[in-house]
Parts: sequence; C-alpha cells; structure tokens
Amino acid sequence: MMGTMENDTLVTVRNLKIFIYTDNRCNKAVNDVSLSIRKGKTLCVVGESGCGKSITASSIMRLLPELGRIEEGEIIYHGEKKEIRIDQLEPKGRVMRSLRGSQLSMVFQDPMTALNPVYTIGFQIMESLLYHMTLTRPEMRKRTLALLKDMGVPIPEQRMYEYPHQLSGGMRQRAMIAMAMACDPKVLIADEPTTALDVTIQAQVFDLMKELQRKHNTAIMLITHDMGVVAEMADDVVVMYMGNIVEKGTVDEVFRTPRHPYTVNLLRSIPVLGRGRDQKLNPIRGSTPDPYDRPKGCQFAPRCDYATAVCQEKMPPEEVVDTTHLVRCWNHGKVSSNGR
Amino acid sequence: MGDNRVLLSLRGVKTYFPVRKGVFRRTVAHVKAVDGVDLDVYEGETLGLVGESGCGKSTLGRSILQLTETSGGEIWYDSGEGRKNLCTISRREMNWARRKMQIVFQDPHSSLNPAFTVFGSLQDPLRKFGIKSRVERRKIVGDLLESVNMRREYMDRYPHELSGGQRQRIGIARALCVDPALVVCDEAVSALDVSIRAQVLNLLLELKKQRSLTYLFISHDLSVVEYVSDRIAVMYLGKIVELADSDVLYAEARHPYTQALLSAIPVVDPERKTRRIVLEGDVPSPVNPPSGCPFHPRCRYRMDRCTTEVPLLRKYVKNGRDHFVSCHLAEE
Amino acid sequence: MMRLMLRGSQNRLMRKMDRIRTAEEAGTIKTHSGGRVLRSMLHNPLSIFGLIAFFVIVATAIAAPLITRYGPMQINLSGVLKPPSLQHLFGTDKLGRDIFSRVLYGGRISILIGLGSALGAAVIGVALGAYGGYKGGWIDTIFLHLSEMFMSFPQIILVLLLVTIVGQSTNNLIIIFITTGWGSTYRMTRARMLSVREEEYAVALKSFGLNDFLICYKHLLPNALGPIMVNITLNTAMFILQEAALSFLGLGVPLQFASWGNILNVANDLTVLQNYWWIWLPVGVVISLFVLSVNFIGDGLHDSSDPSQQG
Repeated sequence: MMGTMENDTLVTVRNLKIFIYTDNRCNKAVNDVSLSIRKGKTLCVVGESGCGKSITASSIMRLLPELGRIEEGEIIYHGEKKEIRIDQLEPKGRVMRSLRGSQLSMVFQDPMTALNPVYTIGFQIMESLLYHMTLTRPEMRKRTLALLKDMGVPIPEQRMYEYPHQLSGGMRQRAMIAMAMACDPKVLIADEPTTALDVTIQAQVFDLMKELQRKHNTAIMLITHDMGVVAEMADDVVVMYMGNIVEKGTVDEVFRTPRHPYTVNLLRSIPVLGRGRDQKLNPIRGSTPDPYDRPKGCQFAPRCDYATAVCQEKMPPEEVVDTTHLVRCWNHGKVSSNGR
Repeated sequence: MGDNRVLLSLRGVKTYFPVRKGVFRRTVAHVKAVDGVDLDVYEGETLGLVGESGCGKSTLGRSILQLTETSGGEIWYDSGEGRKNLCTISRREMNWARRKMQIVFQDPHSSLNPAFTVFGSLQDPLRKFGIKSRVERRKIVGDLLESVNMRREYMDRYPHELSGGQRQRIGIARALCVDPALVVCDEAVSALDVSIRAQVLNLLLELKKQRSLTYLFISHDLSVVEYVSDRIAVMYLGKIVELADSDVLYAEARHPYTQALLSAIPVVDPERKTRRIVLEGDVPSPVNPPSGCPFHPRCRYRMDRCTTEVPLLRKYVKNGRDHFVSCHLAEE
Repeated sequence: MMRLMLRGSQNRLMRKMDRIRTAEEAGTIKTHSGGRVLRSMLHNPLSIFGLIAFFVIVATAIAAPLITRYGPMQINLSGVLKPPSLQHLFGTDKLGRDIFSRVLYGGRISILIGLGSALGAAVIGVALGAYGGYKGGWIDTIFLHLSEMFMSFPQIILVLLLVTIVGQSTNNLIIIFITTGWGSTYRMTRARMLSVREEEYAVALKSFGLNDFLICYKHLLPNALGPIMVNITLNTAMFILQEAALSFLGLGVPLQFASWGNILNVANDLTVLQNYWWIWLPVGVVISLFVLSVNFIGDGLHDSSDPSQQG
C-alpha cells in the first residue's frame, strides 16, 4: 500500500494470486500480479499461452472456473460512491452481479460460443438492459437499435431479430461488444477479441473500440498475444510470463526501452511487416516450463541470456526503472534493447 | 526467378464443393473455394500464399496435393523428366507423385496420431516407399528427428508427451521422410506461441537450404509470409488478385485489397499508430461470390466496369521483375 | 436446505484445494503417470461397487464346481421345493435341484451368452462402422441401410423362426443376438470415425498414398476404441437381460440347461410366484445386480475418459 490512489484509476489489482486445482494438482497460474486500469485508457495485457493473462481478466469479473480460486491479494473497484473489494464478493452474489454488465463487462474470444445460439441478438442485448436499467420496452428497443448502429452494424432494425449463426464473425463480435456496452460500463475487458477474426475485420473492431473509448471514456483492458495489437491499441502495457508480470509501463516505455529479457527477446523474435527477408529473427531458446514443474526463482531464468545465480534462487521483486516503468529482473540494468 | 525451372504449373484450377439440401440431397449451390487459379511455382523458391478466411488458400494447397479433388483445370508437375497433369494421372503415377510433394499442417494437437509413438506414425510411409527393414527405418527416423533439432530418443514418445513446438517439428520431419521436392506449409506456424514461431520458421528456412526444397507457404499472417517468401500471391474469394516479389508487394502493392490488407496489419512500432485503410463490410462467402470482380463490394475505387467484368490476371514488368495484378483500375 | 448442501460441498472443495496446495508446496504431491482412467475410476464409489460386484459374480460363476457340490441338473425328487437352508442356500426347485448351484452354473451360460454376443456384435459393428465411416459415399450408405434393416427386425420373430427351423440352442441364441444387435456398435464406431477422419494426421496419412484399409483399421480405429469399450460392456448387460426374457418365455436356452432366464421360467406359474419365492427372487436379484454393476462400470469408464469431468 503505497502512494495515494489516483482518482482516475478504476480497478486496482494488488498482489493477486490465483491457483487452479485440476487433476489433483495445484497450478499457480497467477502468482503475485499487480496492475491498475485507468479511466479512458487502454491497458494491454500481453503474454503467451500459460502466462495467466486470461485468468487475471476472468478474476476481475469473478468468472473463474470452478476449480480456480483466488488465494491472496486484492481486486478493488473504485466506484463513484465507494470502493468495492471484488475479491471478497460472492461470485454469484447480488453485488457482483450488479457490477457485471453495468460497471464491468467482458468481451470474449469466440463470439460463436459466447453468444447464445437460440436467442436473437436483440434479445440478448436487451437482457442486459432489462437487468440493470429501468426502461420501458420501447425505450429498450430504441437503445438497442442505437447501440447496434453505433457498432457499425448495417440495417440494425433487421439484424436485431437475427440469430448469431446468421451473422458473420465480425458482426457477431460487434454484437458482443454491443451487449457489453449496453449499460455503458466503466470498464470493458476484452479477452483476445479478434484472435478468431480476419485481419481486415480485426482492424474494424479495433477502430470501433477506440471510437467507443473516445466517446464514452471507457477504460479497456485488452488481453492479447499479438505485440502488434499492443503497439496499436495500448496506452499502458503489462507483459506476463508464467503467472508473473515481468514488465509494465506505458507503451512507449515498454516498446522503445524494454528492460526485461523476455520482452526484449519477444520483440526480437517477431517478424515485422516491411522489414522483408533480411531481418534476423532471434528465437527465444527453450520452451515454456511445465506449469506443475516450475523452476525455482525467476520463471524465465532457464531461457534467459542474462541469467545469474541469484535468478535461479529467488524471484526478483518489482523494481522501478522510471516513474511508471517497472520491471521484475535482477539484471535489468544490463539488458540492452538495441538491435531493433 | 525466371531462369529457374517451373516445378508446378496451375492453369484454371477450380475446386468446388457442392451444397446439398433437402431430402434427396440435391445440389443447390457450390462453394467455389478455388475459382480459376493460374500460377507457376519455380523450383527452389518460397512462394507465399496469403488471404483471409474463405479465400481458398488452404483448399488450393490441398488440391495441388490431390487431397481434395479438383473440379476443373490442370496442375502440371514437372520433375525434370517430363510433365504430368496431377488431376488426370493414374493411381500408380500418383503414388510416385506423392513422394515428391508433402504437406505440413497447422494444428500441432491433431497433426499426430495420439495412439502411436512418433516412430509408429512415421514408419508406415517409409515402409510404403520401400524401406523394408525395421532397423533401417529406425535409423532414418532418428536422422529425421536430428535434422529438425530433436533428439533421437523422442521417436519413442507419444504426442501428448510433447509440446506444441515439438509436435510441429515432428510434422515437418514427417513431411520430409520421403524426401520430397515440394513442401506445402499450410499455416504451419499459426497455432504456435509467438516465441516458438521464430524457432520453427528458422528451421524451415534452414531445411530448405539443406535439402533444396521448394515451399508453398500458406498463411493469413502477412508479416510471417513476408519474412520467408521470395514471391507472394494474394488470394481473395478463390482467385489470385496479385502476385509479385515480396519486397515489391510491400512497397508497391497495386490491388486495392492488398493495400487494405497491408495497412490493416498491426505493426510492432508504437510510432506508427495510424491505420490508413479500413475496409467496410465483411469477408464474403464463397457460396455466392459477387459478379464481376470479387472484391468490388468492398473496394473504394469501384467503377461500373468492376461490377460486371471479371478482371484478368495481367502481367506488368518493372525493373525486369514480373508483377501480376487482376484489377481494372491497374490496367488504366 | 439446498443452500446448506451447496455450502457444504463448497466447503469440502475449499478444504480439498487447501490440502492439494499444502502438499504441492511441500513437494509431497504424488504424480501418477499412466492409468489415469483406472485411477479416476477407483475414486468413484459407484464404479468401485460395480467392479467388485461384477468380479464377484463372474468369479463365483467360473469357480462353481469349487463352491457347490450339487450339480445344476441334479434331480432329487425327495427334496423338492425346500426353502433356503444351510444345505441348500437358495433352496430347491420343483425337481429338487439346488437353486444356488443352478444360479452359479447358470451364470456361466448367461454371462457367456451376454459377453459372447456383445463381442461378436462388436466385431461386425466395428468392422463395418470403421470402414463405412471412413470412406463415406455409397459404401457408407449401404452399410447404414443394412444396419437399419437389421436393427428394426423384430427379434422375437427371428427367434421363433430359428427355433422352428434349427431348434433351440445356446449357439442359435448368440447368433440371433449378434445379428440383431450389431447395429448399435456400428453406429457408435461410425460416429467416432466421422470425426476422427477429419483430424490432420488422417489427412497426412492420405498424403502418403497409404492403403485405405491400413489407414482405417491400423491408424484411426485405435482412437475410436474408448467409447466402443463402454458400448461393449453395456451391450453385455443388455443381452443378458434379453436372454433372461427369452428364456423366461421358454424360447431361449433349452430348458434342460441352467441359465438365469431358465430359472426364472418357472415363475410363470402364479403359485410358484406366491408361495415359493426362493425360486425366482435370488436369481432376479443376481441378474439385477449384475446388470447394475455393468452399468456402473460403463458410467465410470465414460466419466473417467471424459477429460471435462475433472476434480
């Protein structure tokens, strides 16, 4: 607990630990994560499979799988009137349910499985309105139409009465965003919303999200594995690896002067459009460890070129590189980010 | 590239899938996955094939290998000892051809048989192509594993004991086990973690050099394709809309779709935040492609001619390099 | 009340998680490699019960001569219709035969018929289902229609026909069961095959030009086996019930042999039903127990091979 709470922070996550218990094993999927989501800004959480980014997002919405549990830490929602400790709420309780949809909402990766196939999309959007707001039927219909129009859905009067399978992938994702934005939430959490979509459609969806942010001052937490998306969309970035945040800061700080070996290597191993065949891709050696057989100390040490003895013993604490730029590395001072 | 031999020559290739409805399963429409493709693949090159979902690139790859039956057109394979049309040759000749062309798949989770060890999966193709002794098969499989940077002992492991990257490397080893000349990589790195992708891409490039392979690299990810390919063909709704050397394509794309595709890709460079062209509308379905140019409903430069006349793939030569575009605007 | 129960199970889950966590952190967690299916079945109380009951019944049937000194067909007209006693655990029937030994020896025949028919049906069903499902096209359509024809044929008519033409026998019964019963295994195999053949490794095998039979039976079939095993166990139970029904009607196993159904046969008679309960009740319980245990085993196999049922 340090410093004053800035009044434009909507969600504070502090020292969060989430363990998943499957097959009678304990997987420390999220192991001490702290981040904050600011009003009107986009926070991108980037990492590869197994890093815990999706679980972190789900935990803010208290939508963890049955065998997952928040072990320690705090998730605080800074509401207009008071602060709410989300981690202490009953996941299916009244308070959490009133938060979901109206203050915090979520957009998922695969719209085909996230939308209910047997109800029209108009119905699904109106459900959210019905639960959180007190409007009459005609008012709800009008608002739904306006929402769909805002999302760039052509002929919304007709689309309202269509079923998810009648829409294309991009349209379905827009419908899902419409559902999420129906009650004008303060925070929109998007878990890999465009991974299943084509690149030209992805461009449309991100344009839309940026537009919504501008109009409604919505905070966006965007989960992705694509560094390009982060560069385009993020204001703040959090890089995760095997359950820890290894680096966080503004997008300029993290991309221009990355300080964690993982971030540096990741940026070096991605082909960049326009650099052609002469670019050198330097893959990160080795592979991600078995989550049930984690290395002691820093999780990235076995694959790290800068690893020293202390790295294999203890997990590095969060150290400040610059005011908003933090990194978890014993040797971050030695990490050079040139070569890009 | 013109001085190299043409390995594969496609003319008017069509692959349609019938859509059957009703009690009597009548064919009511066709999914025109590949709708008239002309293409030459030169020996020793890496030809990238890009496009979004529904454009037909995967179907084209499989059609070339005759894993999917074509509905029209010719696919000529020239091994150096004469040309054969893969669509019409006999079964025995097809067996010979199968040795020359192989495919690497996308999904590391389903690309290997979960019931067999790695050796078990790889030995039947070897057996078929004449390696009778088990000892020899084990040696060949061991050598293959080493050539994809894996230890020989892995041949007795089961797929579920391997990581995604390792499985993908075995998929590559499998494709190489019969010593082919042409390898089709169908989204070979798309399902891998970003940090593993570079490993596998570099491996593919190395193997190409070592074994003098020709690659047809299919992907929706233009950044990856640009890294590995010599030339790139862009597909849209079953047709090739542009084909050029990869650096030319990036610098001087002439087809409106290619331009939109290039600008839609998020680039890892925080300074370049603006995206220039955002296409309207959705990727259309190949069941009912638009008349005339397939791209016209989404094209900013659409003219009257575009709605009725299908543009032909024409060759333009600049600085001695060929650049193919099918666009009425480019013609003018 | 419901809320209390939910709360209770939630607390149990929390405590279980705590246990796992402390074990994991202390490094004392045991990793079991392989045999995950068996292990998870052993944690399921119903399937443990099923396994035990099943093995007890099968073992006693096989070891019948060691357990009882009476033959199943040993007639003793001086000791007819005796109620259960130490000498005759299940009493004696109308001809003085020891019912306990008839149940044990009868178990051999009934289980043999059940298992034999299930395996026979599986051989045909799997062979046709795998190939038809893999190839598709007209072969698949023909097999499909064949299976429909055989499945919809009324079993009783077939039984009556065969009995009149060839006479009654255990072998005939097995043949009839296989003929009318292969359809379900066929369908299941075909369904699994339809999804397995789309997997990338199946297409890869095709790209090498390997023989269809080789691909279908050697490479793809092993991946379809899981549900087939469950199907075989359930079919066994079903055939035993069918045999019991037919024998009860006198159309099954010839009456001179002991089978569970034959023993039940006498319960046609209302006086027997009312006055001599030991003739039909024990055998009824044994049949039910056996079928129940097979069903529990089948459920356990199904649950444990389904990766979504975790915990």
